[in-house]
Amino acid sequence: MTRLHPVMKEYRWQLHLYLSAVIYPADVSERQMTNYLDFEKPLAEIEGKAEELRAVARENQEMDLEAEAAALDEKAGALLVDLYKDLTPWRKCQVARHPDRPHCKDYIEAIFTEYTPLAGDRNFADDHAVMGGLARFDDQAVVVIGHEKGNDTQSRLTHNFGMARPEGYRKAIRLMEMADQFRLPIITLVDTPGAYPGKGAEERGQSEAIARSTEKCLQVKVPLVSVVIGEGGSGGAVAFATANRLAMLEHSIYSVISPEGCATILWKDAERMREAAEALRLTAQDLHQLEVCDKIIPEPTGGAHRHRSDAMENVRVAVRDMLKDLSDLSPKELLKERRSKFLAMGSKGLAA
Amino acid sequence: MNWISNYVRPRINSIFSRREIPENLWHKCDACGTMLFHRELTDNMNVCTNCGHHMGISPRERFHALFDGGIFSEVEVPAPLADPLHFRDQKRYPDRMRAAQKATGEKEAMLVVEGEIGRTPVVAVGQDFRFIGGSMGMYVGNAMIAAAERAVSLGRPMVLFSATGGARMQEGILSLMQMPRTTVAVQMLKEARLPYIVVLTNPTSGGVTASYAMLGDVHIAEPNALICFAGPSVIEQTIREKLPEGFQRAEYLLEHGMVDRVTPRTEQRDELIKIIRMMMKMPRAIKADLPAPGPDTAGEPLQVAPPEPAQDQSDPK
Repeated sequence: MTRLHPVMKEYRWQLHLYLSAVIYPADVSERQMTNYLDFEKPLAEIEGKAEELRAVARENQEMDLEAEAAALDEKAGALLVDLYKDLTPWRKCQVARHPDRPHCKDYIEAIFTEYTPLAGDRNFADDHAVMGGLARFDDQAVVVIGHEKGNDTQSRLTHNFGMARPEGYRKAIRLMEMADQFRLPIITLVDTPGAYPGKGAEERGQSEAIARSTEKCLQVKVPLVSVVIGEGGSGGAVAFATANRLAMLEHSIYSVISPEGCATILWKDAERMREAAEALRLTAQDLHQLEVCDKIIPEPTGGAHRHRSDAMENVRVAVRDMLKDLSDLSPKELLKERRSKFLAMGSKGLAA
Repeated sequence: MNWISNYVRPRINSIFSRREIPENLWHKCDACGTMLFHRELTDNMNVCTNCGHHMGISPRERFHALFDGGIFSEVEVPAPLADPLHFRDQKRYPDRMRAAQKATGEKEAMLVVEGEIGRTPVVAVGQDFRFIGGSMGMYVGNAMIAAAERAVSLGRPMVLFSATGGARMQEGILSLMQMPRTTVAVQMLKEARLPYIVVLTNPTSGGVTASYAMLGDVHIAEPNALICFAGPSVIEQTIREKLPEGFQRAEYLLEHGMVDRVTPRTEQRDELIKIIRMMMKMPRAIKADLPAPGPDTAGEPLQVAPPEPAQDQSDPK
């Protein structure tokens, strides 16, 4: 057996990834990166078969299987449209949490320029679950704040899976204060399973930090627009999403509790999350009907994770429109509008 | 035989069964196990006279002990939509509501009243943990807003007694939206420069702690009350380690700077009077067991909310 050098041992995974990136051409590796959700299994089979055919064709030059592969592609395309046409609430939760879905960091890179991250709550620490800073949106200086979940094991740990601690909310408060001071619009991107339930977080006043962040959202005299790009988890999301305008991506969710949590409490069984997801009415469409969400941003067929740049472009357009809507309001009117929006909320139920 | 079994035996039974003592005369303390006579316990605001353990108390009982002469009047709360999501878990939400209303005799999980404490006019809000865990739904949001508006229009301070498990899942996102709504209520008070005092009682958790319960000018906690965002069991599951003794209890929060004071229930009245009168720049209070305010100081006539049996009867069996 060959003995690996200790350094090699530590880095062999990175080495493996590096080698696989070299071996597979870009388009192939992108296909292989697809993470299928459980309900997409039939789709995975068809796409897998098409891929196999193409691989066989590459090896045997005389065989022409392209027609068959194309037929399978077409079938897969039709199936994808069919699957995503009418997603159940639980499937929407799965799509909203999809690991390949564009995250806050991706949006900031794609639709903002000159992003300058600002760190720390000036009190205790800098929370990496919350990203924020100055940036330009359509050349206009803004403050952008959002939850970042991370996209591989290392970055997920760094960003604590998008679960913020009190420092994160206090950093957001500080940035919102700064935006208010310099009259910069605030854009928040919501994508969190919820606030972090940890010992230190509780000791340092998780609830107080969330309460103050919501309070700050209601105090700033600048336009505040918010987009739920994935998961809007409970109080951790409210702390950022108390905005003049709230948009949600088509397959994003926003809920008082996770379906699993709700199932544990009300059904005494976490496995009943499908029913809980139905009952909670957490989809963008239901929330639009309840007038909690002002705008639904369409996602490309098959979800934002399949055509990331298209999804991000749609968000850019939506944010631009929302900011334009608010551009005529004076600071006082902005404040008043936000408050009366929330005071009036809840006057509309869902049709039976 | 018939005569004996139909007539004699029931008579004999009824004579003996009458001697049984009603169960609710004595109450066993949850902490030390001492048997407490019900009247003694009520007089001491459901605090054990032996070990000082604070047991649950309904807002109505609390207000009876708090207000001068036990007199207060209820502030009307606009009724929200009933069951906006048509929520159904193992029970239908309207059935859950009716069961809670029947069990507590209250309309909802929050009681808003106005009255005088030591001749200090206040608006007080009490949360009822017995009512679906004191959960925050649209009614609670409306109650906080109604209370704040009433306090602002009368120029009175507001006192909140919180007791809740958090947001009401059966109202879904609309219960979550009560976090910003109640925050607006608190802002109304702050803008009117009226004191907002929060008394955190056992338990206060979830979305309520993360909104109006942590935005007070002064935070007073009841001894040993559980006050948290995420409950201890959730945290233990997440970090997979045992939590220290007294974690998330009132004294622990005091040590970590999250509350101003920990005050036993029986001393809260004096403390509230003292604090509010200073904040309102009123003269020092006269310490006495004040009777009910006279006709000149009385606000509105006493309204006792009757339990609503009408709704139950209309329920088709």
